[in-house]
Amino acid sequence: MQIKETIESLEKKFEVRDLNLFYGSFQALKNIDMDIYENKITALIGPSGCGKSTFLRTLNRMNDLINGVKIEGHITFDGKNIYGKDYDLIALRKKVGMVFQKPNPFPKSIYENIVYGPKIHGEKNRDVLDGIVERTLREVALWEEVKDRLHRPATGLSGGQQQRLCIARCLAVEPEVILMDEPTSALDPVATSKIEELLNTLSDKYTIVIVTHNMQQAGRVSDFTSFFLSGKVIESDKTEKIFSNPANKKTEDYITGRFG
Amino acid sequence: MVARLQMDQEMAMIKADLLSMTALVEETIRGAIKSLKEKDGNLARSIIDNDEKIDDLEDQIADKTLKFLATQQPLAGDLRMCVSIMKMIRDLERIGDHCEDIAKYTLRLENEEYMKELIDIPRMAEMATKMVKNAIDAFVNKDLRLARKVWIFDDEVDELFRNIYEELIGLIGEDAAKNRQSVTFLFIAAHLERIADYATNICEETVFAMEGSTDFGEKKEEKNS
Repeated sequence: MQIKETIESLEKKFEVRDLNLFYGSFQALKNIDMDIYENKITALIGPSGCGKSTFLRTLNRMNDLINGVKIEGHITFDGKNIYGKDYDLIALRKKVGMVFQKPNPFPKSIYENIVYGPKIHGEKNRDVLDGIVERTLREVALWEEVKDRLHRPATGLSGGQQQRLCIARCLAVEPEVILMDEPTSALDPVATSKIEELLNTLSDKYTIVIVTHNMQQAGRVSDFTSFFLSGKVIESDKTEKIFSNPANKKTEDYITGRFG
Repeated sequence: MVARLQMDQEMAMIKADLLSMTALVEETIRGAIKSLKEKDGNLARSIIDNDEKIDDLEDQIADKTLKFLATQQPLAGDLRMCVSIMKMIRDLERIGDHCEDIAKYTLRLENEEYMKELIDIPRMAEMATKMVKNAIDAFVNKDLRLARKVWIFDDEVDELFRNIYEELIGLIGEDAAKNRQSVTFLFIAAHLERIADYATNICEETVFAMEGSTDFGEKKEEKNS
């Protein structure tokens, strides 16, 4: 099978095995096994409460911040278990960035938003910081729109521009993976399509995992899709397969809008 | 299970149009052969007129399906259904074209005595008509077994075509008028053979709509529910 050979030739950025997650006594993730491939876009789909956002947050251990969370199983990132005892959490969060549903720029200037991360990581050189601002704003196709007002408040940008700024801010610390939790659900169609185009170019350099409720978006932007239901992964496959001929009836019912 | 009422209603309407188109195509094949057999020029002319109606139905269904794609944005099985319908109406339209050609040949022979009684050609036409009807029924009722049956039935039509071919070729001799008729009947039989082929296409499209492949050869595992 040609498709299988192609998948086998891909590098695995994350390997998730036997992952269980509990919020207190409630089990939110059940025996998740999943591979996430390097420089590919993986979409996580499923009805509200199915565990896809929880799963996304396990990839950079954001769930650690929530009280009462218990996690079993393991997730390796570049071959090392991120839930291992000695794993450097700060390094993980630097390599695995995150963008949220609503654009959340800091109440600072555009420039300060982007250099915030590099500064925390110790970068002080003005020329280097200027370079990071230009590079990341160009990467998110925002440079031409904002280069003359870098020191104006980021909150003055439109929603779509703010979201691209948040992606630029995430890129400023040179991550390898970008986790996105419904990054366009608060944006209009034009801003949405700009982000989608951006995802396409970013996947040359970054591994992207995106949670989306928009089936068409998952179809348009992702290489792989995983369907979650009640904390389980029902089906993972190439996106074109999932959206044209899913193997599981539950997947079919969900993506055709007949369920969930 | 959440029903998508609007979507299901629109799809039901498209399927109803597809059934109307099929009924007209069936009637057209039968009429084409009846006019040939009974040397009915008026019927042949009405068959030629039918072609336009079939073309109009194709356009109507294509428009509705396009609108359905644009507004309902179907995926998976629903998406495959739309793709199959688009191909099927093209196949049905082609069948209409073949009938039109048969009717035109009929008109050319209108004032001649036939060299022999037509037996196998009407039989072949009846088989082809049934194949078209069953192929569309299989699609509308999601009946894979029926689709497979029609698909296999095509071999019998091909066999009959070979017999007709051999018979007519054997009749070719020195009589120019008879030769002309032999060749004309041969063309008509060839049109019927093509019609049966389109029916098998429709069956393949049914299998594609239901299973995502056009493979009749191997039985796919049942989808888990």
